[in-house]
Amino acid sequence: MFLEIRLHGRGGQGMVTAAEMIAEAAILEGFYAQSIPLFGAERRGAPVSASARISESPIRRHSQVRSPQIVGVCDPLLLYMKEVFDGVAEGAILVVNHKQEPQLKGFRVALLDATGIAVGNGLVSAGWAILSTVIFGAVSKVTGVIGKDTVLGVINSRWKGEVAERNRRAAESGYDGVKIC
Amino acid sequence: MIATGNHAVAYGVKAARAEVIAAYPITPQTQIIEKLSEFIEKGEMRAKFLRVESEHSAMAACIGASACGARAFTATSSQGLLYMSEMVFWAGLGSFPVVMAVVTRALAPPWSIWNEHTDILSQRDAGWIVIMCESVQEAYDASIQAFRIAEDRRVRQPVMFGLDAFSLSHTSERLDLIGQEEADAFLPAPEGDWKVIDVQEPTTYGNMASPERMMEIRHSTMERLKESSGVIEEAASEFSRVSGRQQAGLVEEYRTSGAEVMLVVVGASSGDAKDAADALRDEGVRAGVLRLRVIRPFPSERIRAALQGCKAVAVVDRDYSFGLGGIIGQEVASATGAGPFNYIAGIGGRDLSVMDFAGIARDAIRRAEAGEGRGEIWWGIKGSQEPSR
Repeated sequence: MFLEIRLHGRGGQGMVTAAEMIAEAAILEGFYAQSIPLFGAERRGAPVSASARISESPIRRHSQVRSPQIVGVCDPLLLYMKEVFDGVAEGAILVVNHKQEPQLKGFRVALLDATGIAVGNGLVSAGWAILSTVIFGAVSKVTGVIGKDTVLGVINSRWKGEVAERNRRAAESGYDGVKIC
Repeated sequence: MIATGNHAVAYGVKAARAEVIAAYPITPQTQIIEKLSEFIEKGEMRAKFLRVESEHSAMAACIGASACGARAFTATSSQGLLYMSEMVFWAGLGSFPVVMAVVTRALAPPWSIWNEHTDILSQRDAGWIVIMCESVQEAYDASIQAFRIAEDRRVRQPVMFGLDAFSLSHTSERLDLIGQEEADAFLPAPEGDWKVIDVQEPTTYGNMASPERMMEIRHSTMERLKESSGVIEEAASEFSRVSGRQQAGLVEEYRTSGAEVMLVVVGASSGDAKDAADALRDEGVRAGVLRLRVIRPFPSERIRAALQGCKAVAVVDRDYSFGLGGIIGQEVASATGAGPFNYIAGIGGRDLSVMDFAGIARDAIRRAEAGEGRGEIWWGIKGSQEPSR
């Protein structure tokens, strides 16, 4: 198995953290994994992306993910950006943060109201919904190789107390709520 | 566990029990010193953290600490390394066993925070041992080995190790640590027997060397760098035993046996080159990878041996010496007596993928078969620029 994942979001939504947690969870599941931020100057609100790789054998390459099988799209407006579809093969799964199913020919869509879940759990900073744990949960489910307990374990290792509780609930809602259309 | 390359370095420096850390922040290195200061603040590491006002002062402080017999560490990148340069030479030519992590980053202008190797290679004549890491795990492993090599009585020279901006510094990968006991056995507590400054017995240092003395001083530094090749190999093989992970010494040869085309690479992209070699071999192209882990001392003999009989040699340089060519390409040419095809690629953080390396290998074979003259090729350059000769 060699799985490549790319997340597209906006600066401040927690894409880098989400990609890191996906890789961490995959390692806990016994795989080799890697997370790669596409780094620029950090600007809140600007389109950003982060990637992850999961493999049964050691991952040697360090180049950017170019042909992901799973793409997370954390803002439906990003679906209008061609970068989101760069190298994405037909049959890839797009995990889209939206209330309604977007019409995307050739791709499988997994729908999730990530913003609603984040806001519902009080995961808001400076007016921005923080989507890292919701997307982490949803994408982990879609990979088919990361269990929910592992997702919660990663969250427990990163946060404590009430903040951990809110992130656990968000990740769990993401994991259980993502719906492959 | 999982960690970024930067944090891996911090874990390594902690395991190595560095005693003095003097540093100034710069992207993409800052996480290294942040993590170290966190270790010290939490009491997990016993070291003095000196917040200095510049990289020049950071290295000056490391030299001072080292002169008093302490195990000293700093980290920097790009502009910071250049600003430090005067003191980098001072540490190398003065034989202070300081260790430094360099997160390799393009030099400005124009501003760039992304990956390139020209910064670390600009310091290659400073009397330092220069190592380049391929993975997050290697960054950790190298940070422990670096102190042992630097402090070895046969060497007593500073060591810098490079990790590629972002593709290693900020990429998270699986990381296995060694136990503190194993680390202590591999790298005993500093005896500080390289100490030259003793406040109880004041003497002066930094005096002038007349033309009657200078040549011999330089010669002795040359001898120690030469001697370090064996020490680097020893440290790698001993660390392989301690960690259970096979360590590369001066070079790493990957599928080099019977190779018709050899990719000569450095740093984080080496893994992409190996994946490319696998793909090419599957298609019947006999490709191999020669990774230079150590740039100083330059492993000329190993390179000569590995490249012998190869139809096409493609040296991939993520750096450039204006008016000459790729730095590694030129050094390989001088080691082998034959110019390679010198690919200038991945400049300023441009992505360098498995497909690029496969393309480079095929291009080199084509040029060799067509009997084209050796020279530099700017790989993937946009616009109307013709490949330069």
